[in-house]
Amino acid sequence: MLNQKDILSTIEMIDQQHLDIRTITMGISLLSCCDASQDRACEKIYDKVTRYAEKLVQTGEDIEREFGIPIVNKRIAVTPISLVSAASEAPDDVPFAMALDGAAKTTGVNFIGGFSALVHKGMTVADERLIRSIPEALARTERVCASVNIGSTRAGINMDAVALMGRIVKETALATADRDGLGCAKLVAFCNAVEDNPFMAGAFHGGGEAEKVINVGVSGPGVVYSALQAVKGQPLDVVAETVKKTAFRVTRMGQLVAQEASRRLDTPFGIVDLSLAPTPAAGDSVARILEEMGLEVCGTHGTTAALALLNDAVKKGGVMASSSVGGLSGAFIPVSEDEGMIAAAREGTLCIDKLEAMTCVCSVGLDMIAVPGDTPAETIAAILADEAAVGMVNNKTTAVRLIPAPGKTVGGTVELGGLLGSAPVMAVHGASPAAFIARGGRIPAPLHSLRN
Amino acid sequence: MNAIVTVLGQDQVGIIAAVCTLLAQQNVNILDISQTILQGAFTMVMAVDLSAAKLSFTDLARKLEDLGKSMDLSIRIQREGIFDAMHRI
Repeated sequence: MLNQKDILSTIEMIDQQHLDIRTITMGISLLSCCDASQDRACEKIYDKVTRYAEKLVQTGEDIEREFGIPIVNKRIAVTPISLVSAASEAPDDVPFAMALDGAAKTTGVNFIGGFSALVHKGMTVADERLIRSIPEALARTERVCASVNIGSTRAGINMDAVALMGRIVKETALATADRDGLGCAKLVAFCNAVEDNPFMAGAFHGGGEAEKVINVGVSGPGVVYSALQAVKGQPLDVVAETVKKTAFRVTRMGQLVAQEASRRLDTPFGIVDLSLAPTPAAGDSVARILEEMGLEVCGTHGTTAALALLNDAVKKGGVMASSSVGGLSGAFIPVSEDEGMIAAAREGTLCIDKLEAMTCVCSVGLDMIAVPGDTPAETIAAILADEAAVGMVNNKTTAVRLIPAPGKTVGGTVELGGLLGSAPVMAVHGASPAAFIARGGRIPAPLHSLRN
Repeated sequence: MNAIVTVLGQDQVGIIAAVCTLLAQQNVNILDISQTILQGAFTMVMAVDLSAAKLSFTDLARKLEDLGKSMDLSIRIQREGIFDAMHRI
């Protein structure tokens, strides 16, 4: 017989501490959908996605009901579309986004990721066409997410792509100006993008993946926060141990759900992403965990150290709980999606420079940050380059999801709705990096010895 | 298939009788019961065997939930696997 205390603790985690499975994401290869005719390719994409993911949402809901654990999102990730669209010579890739959006609506998933291009070393004609289609694609679709990989540890940073992405982020904000620049919440620029990430907006089904796969992302900032309240004032190694034990439990649940979904959908299990993913709900915040460790406000001195401890302990606890770990594993710090981060940014303690420092020790990057609408494209490109450099040099995945909110200035608020939350507009530096960005070219891959 | 039924709420006469009657009517076998009053709240955990149940899991869960609502209790049923996964290596 199971211990009554254990059973009740699980129920308390679900009821009061926001424990949930953040996403079940089905990865689907679309390489078989290439066609010289764009219309034909789009038909093939719609047919394949709706066929493979026909039962995804239903299965997720069944598991949710039987195990009594909320599964917040059911999503789809596909092969980077620039690889599929390369076979056709149509002038733009927007129809591919429309086909994906249609398939997402038919299957009932809330996001479909993979309107993507991998250009860390160079851009093909198809890559550039896809990137230039992003603003219109995100404005005309509801559920499509786009991502572009602009750098890697092995290849360096493609600064031509960085400069282009600076402009694309701005154009995407303007194309969705009526929705506070919502399109930018569905657009990520990566360095060292991973092929099995189940989280949006950056999920895509990488070239090394199988025909289809099930990846699961767990959550649990609220559970970690509650566990830490029980060890107030104790040394930080006790804090780390407490986080590890909690992460282990949370990840075991993710593993169980992943295996169950894999079996029921007759789709191989890929990975569990060991993530601490916050939501805007009170009590589900990564910032509040850092504050519980003893920081008055997230963003003050000590935040990077506290986050480093948290991130490492989450991975150490989670890694033993799953047979296969991957994705973006680590603590996420999306500003608009984290109640504590929003509060810290609003009161001025958390600034974009501190967030950049924090991304050196956690997953993933400068995420869901609103900046003034009049921020120049070159400044946005320079922020992308900085963050890519952090990822490139430290051999980790970094990403940027910035929202240059049209018409908004510092102190304003961007309302994105739902899990995307609301973001206070944060200040960026005024001095121009335009001449640096205008140089273009490539930042060479870093040296792997003499590490200082 | 084994599942765990948990009943939480304000103590009152007839909780165990009502839950057990419903389970018996649906041919659900009770394997173990533990019941206590935790900080004034009625708390019952039951392990049950659903292999011969008359209803599907979803319908049984709904019936238990309805019973809970009528008695102002939280009654839920979950497959045992989630507790095994989280609390046993």
